[in-house]
Amino acid sequence: MATMQVEVVSPEKVLFSGEAKQVITRTLDGEIAFLPGHAPFLGALSECHTRITLADDSVLDVAVHGGFVQVSGSTVSILSDIAELGDEIDRDRALRAKDAAEELLRKEHDAEAESALARAHARLNATGGLAGTSQGAH
Amino acid sequence: MAGGQERILRGRIRSVQATKKITRAMELIAASRIVKAQQRVVAAVPYSEQITEVVKDLAAAGGASQSPLLNGRGEVKTTAYVVIAADRGLCGGYNAGVQRAAEGEVKADVLAGKDYQLVTVGRKAEGYFKFRGYKMAASFGGFSGAPSYAQAREIGQEVVKRFLEGEFDRVELVYTRFISAGSQEVVLRPLVPLDRETVAGGDGKTSAETGAADYEFEPDPTTILDTLLPRYVEARIYAALLNAAASEHAFRQRAMKSATDNAEELIKNLSRVMNRARQDSITTEIMEIVSGSEALSGGKAERQLQLVDLGPIE
Repeated sequence: MATMQVEVVSPEKVLFSGEAKQVITRTLDGEIAFLPGHAPFLGALSECHTRITLADDSVLDVAVHGGFVQVSGSTVSILSDIAELGDEIDRDRALRAKDAAEELLRKEHDAEAESALARAHARLNATGGLAGTSQGAH
Repeated sequence: MAGGQERILRGRIRSVQATKKITRAMELIAASRIVKAQQRVVAAVPYSEQITEVVKDLAAAGGASQSPLLNGRGEVKTTAYVVIAADRGLCGGYNAGVQRAAEGEVKADVLAGKDYQLVTVGRKAEGYFKFRGYKMAASFGGFSGAPSYAQAREIGQEVVKRFLEGEFDRVELVYTRFISAGSQEVVLRPLVPLDRETVAGGDGKTSAETGAADYEFEPDPTTILDTLLPRYVEARIYAALLNAAASEHAFRQRAMKSATDNAEELIKNLSRVMNRARQDSITTEIMEIVSGSEALSGGKAERQLQLVDLGPIE
């Protein structure tokens, strides 16, 4: 199967650069998957869990907190202010953040808490889903 | 008494030696941080290159953003200067260079009958301009040695917010660009509005004829561009902060190296003076002993002239 070059770049460093078979991420309009040979594409990303299927069929999970994706030629670049690789995320901390944000949202509608919840969801999804916890309002 | 002078000199030498130890340590620390700061400058390049590319593609593809961030305002009344200096001193002419450049620009603006605002980064710059009563819109500090992207974003958001509210019509960055460990220069770079020439890779490029027009957009190009522009400003500020941090370490290393050299020179001169003083006091003491014993023997000589030969004193 053909592969493409994938780069995940944050301002402070290049998080990931390598060959991959498939990239699934979410733009402001919804989920989108890129396979090798995708048409040139530019999109703004929402808080999401991005899955990159590597050449050896293993999946790399990345929590992307907003940013942009650019596909040109055989390269997919994900640019994000804040992006974290799944295995670098502190799952307990994300769980606590999620609970705190949900608690806050139950009382009042707060944009900041909402984005905190979205970030926590992205982190949790990138570390193996919300196993054992309710899915919560998005 | 001569011995007293010697003691004072010994004390001075000791204090210069202690200072030298400190400056030497600071020199070594700065030298090791230059390397780290340089690596961070390099690590930030891929992001800023790619984000520039995306902005170019969008602008070329007819991202018809009405944002003043891109188009600017017709008449420039107020220029804001983002002055990036250090939090601490002891770094030679680093702070002074940046402050002088910013002050020069501000004075030129005032002479031209225009208004200005300052946004200072680093405590030294804040103190300098506050003391002289310049108009300051905002100031940031506490991270000049190792800035993170979060701090760049804070500055970027503040600048963009004030720009969009119409408080500024133009924003310029004043910082020290890091060329190599041996050379840095103070530069003045336009930040906002984003220069269409550099961003779009030449003006007058219409969307339909370029390859970039083949892009699919999600959501539409204008929305993407509007979310992208603040990020682009932040990335530019971040790059400037990193350059400034690397320059600061380089300046500090040089300043501390010459301070150490000066201390060495001072110690050499002081020990020379001290040795002479010690020699003087020894000579004086010998003279006293000799003349004392001479006086004694002189007194005895009258009675025991034929009997005693005292021999050499030493």
